[in-house]
Order: sequence, then C-alpha cells, then structure tokens
Amino acid sequence: MSPRQAYSPAVALENVAVIRGNRLVLNGFSLAASVGDIVWIRGANGSGKSTLLRLIAGLLPKTSGQMKIEGRLALADENAALDPNLPLEKALNFWAEMDGAAPDIREAALIAMDLVPLADVPIRYLSSGQRKRVNLSRLFASHASIWLLDEPYNGLDSANTARLDAALLRHSNSGGIALVAAHQSPSINVAQSILLDPQSTAV
Amino acid sequence: MKGFLALVSREVRLAWTGGGLWLPVIFYIAVATLFPFVTGPDKALLGRTGGGILWVAALLASLLPIERLILPDREAGVLDQLTVRGWSDELVAAAKITGHIFAFALPLLLATVVASALIGLPEAKLWTLLCGLALALPALAGLSVTIAALTAGLSGASALGGLLLVPLAIPILIFGAGTLAENPGNAMQLLAATSLAMAALSPFAAGAALRAGRG
Repeated sequence: MSPRQAYSPAVALENVAVIRGNRLVLNGFSLAASVGDIVWIRGANGSGKSTLLRLIAGLLPKTSGQMKIEGRLALADENAALDPNLPLEKALNFWAEMDGAAPDIREAALIAMDLVPLADVPIRYLSSGQRKRVNLSRLFASHASIWLLDEPYNGLDSANTARLDAALLRHSNSGGIALVAAHQSPSINVAQSILLDPQSTAV
Repeated sequence: MKGFLALVSREVRLAWTGGGLWLPVIFYIAVATLFPFVTGPDKALLGRTGGGILWVAALLASLLPIERLILPDREAGVLDQLTVRGWSDELVAAAKITGHIFAFALPLLLATVVASALIGLPEAKLWTLLCGLALALPALAGLSVTIAALTAGLSGASALGGLLLVPLAIPILIFGAGTLAENPGNAMQLLAATSLAMAALSPFAAGAALRAGRG
C-alpha cells in the first residue's frame, strides 16, 4: 500500500467555482494539500462535499478558477462499481488489473479491511457496510497517491472504522494525500479541516 | 490496452451471464420461425422475402439489449471509476462497442444460419445475407451503444431508443436489403461504406453522450 510516487502528490485549488444544475455549489473555494496531508472536509448536507470530491476526481467540470493536481487519484464514494454476480475477490481483481496492482498489494488491501473471510461471497449477498469495505479495499489497492473518500465511515462498525483510520495513517506516513468528506471526524490527526458553507445561490 | 481488453471481456461476460446475449438471438430466431406461418409454405415466396425479414429482425433485435448497455454501469459507478482512472469517454465507448460486437453481432451471425434454414433461404442467398449482416452488425452495435448512452436514465428510455434507432438505421436497412437483389455488388459496397462510417463515428458520439450524462 505504499505509493511509490515518482514525484510528490499535490492538490491545489484556487478560487474555484462550480455550478451544478443552475445552482452555485462551490464559490471562491481554495485548498492546498501536499505530501502526507489528510484533509477533513465537513459541512451540512448539500454543502458541496461530494461536488468538491467529484470535481477533483475529474467527474465534474469547474466553472471558474484554477485547479492543479499532481499524482494518481482514487475515489471511494457511495457507488460500489462492482459486478453483483462476481465473488468479492474476482470483482476486486477486475479493478486491481486495471490499476496494475501486484498480488501482494491486493492481498494486503483485502486484509486491511478484513475481507479475506468474504473473498468467495458474491457481491450481491454483501451488506451495505461490507460493500463499503470492499470499496475502500479497492481504493487501498489502487496505487494512487491521492485518495478521495466520500462519507467513508457510513455503515462501518467501530472495528472497521479503526481499520480505515489505520489505513489512512499508513497512507499519510508514506507520503500520500487523503481528502475525507465526512460528518464524523477521523480519529487520527488531520492536517486541515475545511468547513463548507451551504451555498444555494441561484444563477 | 490491457485495461481495454479487460473491459471488452467484461462486456462479453456480463452479456453471457446476464442473459443479454440470448434475448436478441431468441427474438431473431422467433421471427424466422413465425414468418412462414404467416406466408404459408410457399418456397419461392419465402426465398424472395425471407432475407428482407431477417434484416428487419436483426435491426429490431439490436434494440433489445440497449437498456442494459450503459445504465447499470452508470448507476453502479463503473463509468465514474474508469473516468477517475483517466479513461476518456471515447475509449470507454469504444470498449463497450467492441464488447457489444462480440456479445451481439457474432451470436446473431451464427443464429442467421439457423434462421435462414427455418425460412428455407437458398444457399447463395444465405452467403449474401451473412456477408451483409457481418458488414452491418458492427454499425448496429455502435448505434446501440450510442443510443444507450444518450437515453440512459431517461424515463421511457426503451421507447425513445426505438424512436432514435429506427431512423438512424434506415440507410443500413436499405443497402442491406439491396444486397439481396440479383446483383448485390453495388449495394454491398454502399453498405460497407455506410457501416464503416457509422461504426467509426459511434465511439465519438457515444463518448460525447457519456460526458453529457455525467453529473
């Protein structure tokens, strides 16, 4: 799980605005994260946490401002993106092959979210918390230096919350960046905490 | 390239295990089974009209898988995950179309042998029909994926898909049916040209539709 970046990852947003469906969701937003930073993004429902992560992930266009991202990205949001009929391990392997993850990294990612006992269970039989863990495990195996986590704690029990925090800490120690959008604070030290204000200015 | 092949084989696997592969094939063969009941066992008439009916059946069969081509992947976040990994929408569309050619066009070509036997098509006509369909089916696969990307998530997507596909596929149908005439040469060349243009443009059209549909 140690990302061996050729260069140090960085996320820099300056004065960014995003309009989504005629609503100004982000306005004049700035953010700078560098090596080892864990950034906790918080805010009320609809304040633009997911929009911010989707913007950084390249899934939404920005309306104005500057955005610079260095390093590979990985996203874990509420969508599992796993084929429901495949056993857990095979479903994950599809993405591991896309990401070029070596077998030992895949194994470590399974262990990190305690998924080894579930390896043969088809995705459609998993509970939502278990799906979340699979989703996180894919993120761990992705070899990406910038992790984007959208509500990663939702549906996780305390043991798995601790596993996620441990993985975040390892990622941070090996120089990675993590942007965590969550209501709950990560139980590890975060480099920054950003509060998003709900903007509902119609344009 | 490795990722491209993985996505293509995933398309084929999903069609195979999800039943999407069989639905168009069964529809196609069902048309070939029912048609002689309507016309009566007139061998000359069947030989004359059967090829055209199979062309219409192939075109309509391509409508059947449309709903499962893009929508499930968009809802499950598969398309998002590919975009995060730096895939362009056009490349995703190209992989989807290639997968659909294997999961739809090839089975339908094989089914044509069965269907033409059911209609009693003369052997010479069967070869012409197979050649024509082999040229046209990649274009139909491209059209299907494009329309699937355009209509994914809309209410009444399948009805809309029919409305969109039928007019777009008319050139293929006209030249395709033209190949069944006494001298198929010119029609076959026009069919090849039309299909090539459609198949080549469809990844860009479908890619644009995927991008527009992301929110």
